[in-house]
Amino acid sequence: MPSSNPLPLTVAPPSHNSLARQGWRRLRRDRIGFGSLCIVALYLLLAMAAWSGLLARHWQDEVAKPFAPPTLFANLGPQHVELNAADIDAANQRRRAAAGSDSSAATGLDASEDPLAADMAAAQQQAAQYHSEEAPKADTLPLGADQRGRDIRQKVLQGTATSLLVGLSGALLALTIGTVLGALSGYFGGLLDDLLMWGYSVFTSVPDMLLLLAFAAVSGRGIGTVVVVMALTSWTGSYRLMRAEFLKHKSREYVRAADAIGASHGRRMFHHILPNVSHLLLVQFSMLTVALIKYEAILSFLGFGVGITQVSLGAMLAEAPAELLQGYWWQMLTVTVVMSVLVTAFSLLTDSLRDALDPKVK
Amino acid sequence: MLAFIIRRVAQMVPTLFGVMLLLFVLFNWVGGDPSYILAGKNLSPEALANIRHQLGLDLSLPQQFVIFVKQVLTLDFGTSWSTQQPVTSILHSRIGPSLLLTGSILLLGTVLAVVIAALVAYLRGSLTDRLVTLISTCAMSVSGLVYIIAGQYWLAHKAGLFPIMGWSDRIAENLLYYLPLPLLLGVVVGLAPDIRFYRSCFVEEMNHDYVRTARAKGLSEPVIMLKHVLRNAMIPVVTSLMMSLPYLMMGAMLLETFFSIPGMGKEVVMAVDRSDFPVIKAITIYIALATMLFNLLADIVYKLIDPRVELS
Repeated sequence: MPSSNPLPLTVAPPSHNSLARQGWRRLRRDRIGFGSLCIVALYLLLAMAAWSGLLARHWQDEVAKPFAPPTLFANLGPQHVELNAADIDAANQRRRAAAGSDSSAATGLDASEDPLAADMAAAQQQAAQYHSEEAPKADTLPLGADQRGRDIRQKVLQGTATSLLVGLSGALLALTIGTVLGALSGYFGGLLDDLLMWGYSVFTSVPDMLLLLAFAAVSGRGIGTVVVVMALTSWTGSYRLMRAEFLKHKSREYVRAADAIGASHGRRMFHHILPNVSHLLLVQFSMLTVALIKYEAILSFLGFGVGITQVSLGAMLAEAPAELLQGYWWQMLTVTVVMSVLVTAFSLLTDSLRDALDPKVK
Repeated sequence: MLAFIIRRVAQMVPTLFGVMLLLFVLFNWVGGDPSYILAGKNLSPEALANIRHQLGLDLSLPQQFVIFVKQVLTLDFGTSWSTQQPVTSILHSRIGPSLLLTGSILLLGTVLAVVIAALVAYLRGSLTDRLVTLISTCAMSVSGLVYIIAGQYWLAHKAGLFPIMGWSDRIAENLLYYLPLPLLLGVVVGLAPDIRFYRSCFVEEMNHDYVRTARAKGLSEPVIMLKHVLRNAMIPVVTSLMMSLPYLMMGAMLLETFFSIPGMGKEVVMAVDRSDFPVIKAITIYIALATMLFNLLADIVYKLIDPRVELS
C-alpha cells in the first residue's frame, strides 16, 4: 500500500441521496405526518393483498341473507320477516283448513280447475329427485351484507383496492405525461414550448369534470379506461410545475457543467435535472392520487366508472341512496368511514411531505 | 389595458381552435361510428347509409371538421340525437336553473366562508380557531356525495323539511320551495375547504409589517382587521372566486342529478349516458368559451383591486 499520500482523507464521502434522507428524518419527527404515512401504508398493504387475491378474493360470494345487518347493531335496521314458498303454502293451508276446503296449496284452486296441476305435480316430482346443497346463509355479519348478501367487509376491501389502484396508476400516468412534456417544454423552449403550451391552454380551458365526462362518453367502462381517461385529463398541473422547474434549472451551473463534459440533452434533462426536482413530483403524486380517488368515486357513482363486475368505493356509494330509502345504512357508513380515513391520511401526508422535502425549510 | 385585452382575446382564437380539434378527435375519430347506436334495432344497410349521410359521416374527415368549425362559428350545433330538439334551444332552457343554483351557492358560500374565516383568523390560536380547523378538516375528508345522499334522505325524506326533488317554471316557487335544500347542501360541501383557504389568507396578511405598524400607532384591533387586513386579504379571495365563475355555467352536476334540476350539469350527465354527442360538444364549446372569458375578467379584476399587478 502506498503510504505517501500527502493529503489525509478527512472529509467523509457525501452521503448519497441526502435530501431524501433528510426529508425522511423530518417526516419521522412529524407525528401527524408519520401517523398518516402508517395509515396510508396499511391501506396499501391491504390493497396489495386484495390485488394479489390473498384477501377478499371471494367478495362476490353470497354468504349471508340479503341485507343481513351488522352483528353489533342487528336491531337497528328495519325488521323484516323473510317468507319463502313453504311459509306461504303453510299459511294458505291453515286458511283453507279453517274454511274447510281441500283445494291445492299454492293457487287456492281445486285440482280439477287448475290447468297446471298435472304439470306442477310432475315438476315437483322431478325437483324432488335432485337436492341442491345450499350453504347456510348467515343472519348477521360483522359489517353487514348488501342487497345480494355479499359480505361488506370483503366488498369494501376490494372496492378500496380498486379505488387505490385507479388513483395510484392514474396519478403515475398523469405525472409521467406531465413530467415528460413539461421537461421538453421547459428545457428546449422555442417552438416546441409554444406548441405544448397551446395544448396546455386547450386542456385547461375546459373544467376537469366536463373533460372527464367528454372522454368517458367515447370510451368504454372498466378500470383501464378510467385510468387512461383520468390521466389524459389531469396531466396539466404537473406539466405546468415541471415546465417552470426545468426552465429555472436549465441555466444553472451544474447543468452547464454537465453540458461541458458532453452530457446529451436527454441525460441532462433526466439524469441531472430530474433528481433535483423529484421531491416536487412526490408531493404532486400524492396530491393527484387523492384527487383521482375522489374523481373516480364521482365517475363510478354516475355510472361512467369501473365496469359492473368490478367494485369501487364510488360504485358502492352508488348503491347507497336506494338502500338508505329502505333503511339499510351500513354499506354507506362503511364506505364513508373507509374513504374518509384514506383521503384524510393521504392529504395530511401530502402536507407533511411538502414540509419535509422542501429544502428551503431547514 | 386595452392592448392587453385585445391581445388576450386574440390568444383565445388558437385555444378555441384547439378545443374544437380535441372534440373532433374525440367524437369523430375515437368515438367511432355512432350510426349503429342511432339505427337501433332496425338495422338495414339503407338505414345505416341514410343516417351516415344525415350526420355527414360519409364525407372525409377534413370535410367533417370544416362542418364542425362552421357549427361552432354560427353557434348552431344541429339537433340532439336523442330528443331531436335543436341543441341551442336545449342549452338555452338549461342555463337558467344552473345559474340560479350555482350563483346562489357561490354567493352564500363565499359570504359565509369569508365571515367565519375572518373571525377564526382574528381569534387564531384560541379554542374556537382550533375547533373550527378540526371540524373543517373532518368535514373535508367526507366525500361530497355522502353529504348529498345523507342530506336528501334525512332532511327531505325523513324529516320532511324540504321537497325531495323537483323544479318548477316559476322562479318564486323555485327560490322558496325547491332551491333551499340543494343550496344548503352545496354550501355545506364547499364551506370547509373555503374556510381553511381563506383563513390561511387572513393569517398570512395579519403577519405583515403594516399590521404591526397599525397596531404601533394605536389603532384598535377591529379597525386593523376591517380596514387594513380585510382589504388586502380580499385579493386572493376575489381571485379564487373568479376562478370558480366558469362553474356557474356548468352547474353543480351532482346536485342537479340528485334533485332533478334541469340544468347544464344534469344535461351533461344525461348526454353522456345517451351518447348524445352534439349536446356534449356544444356544452363543452360554450363552457370553454366562458372559461376563457372569465379568466380574462379575473385578470382585469385582479389588476383593478391590486394596482401592484403588472399585466403582461
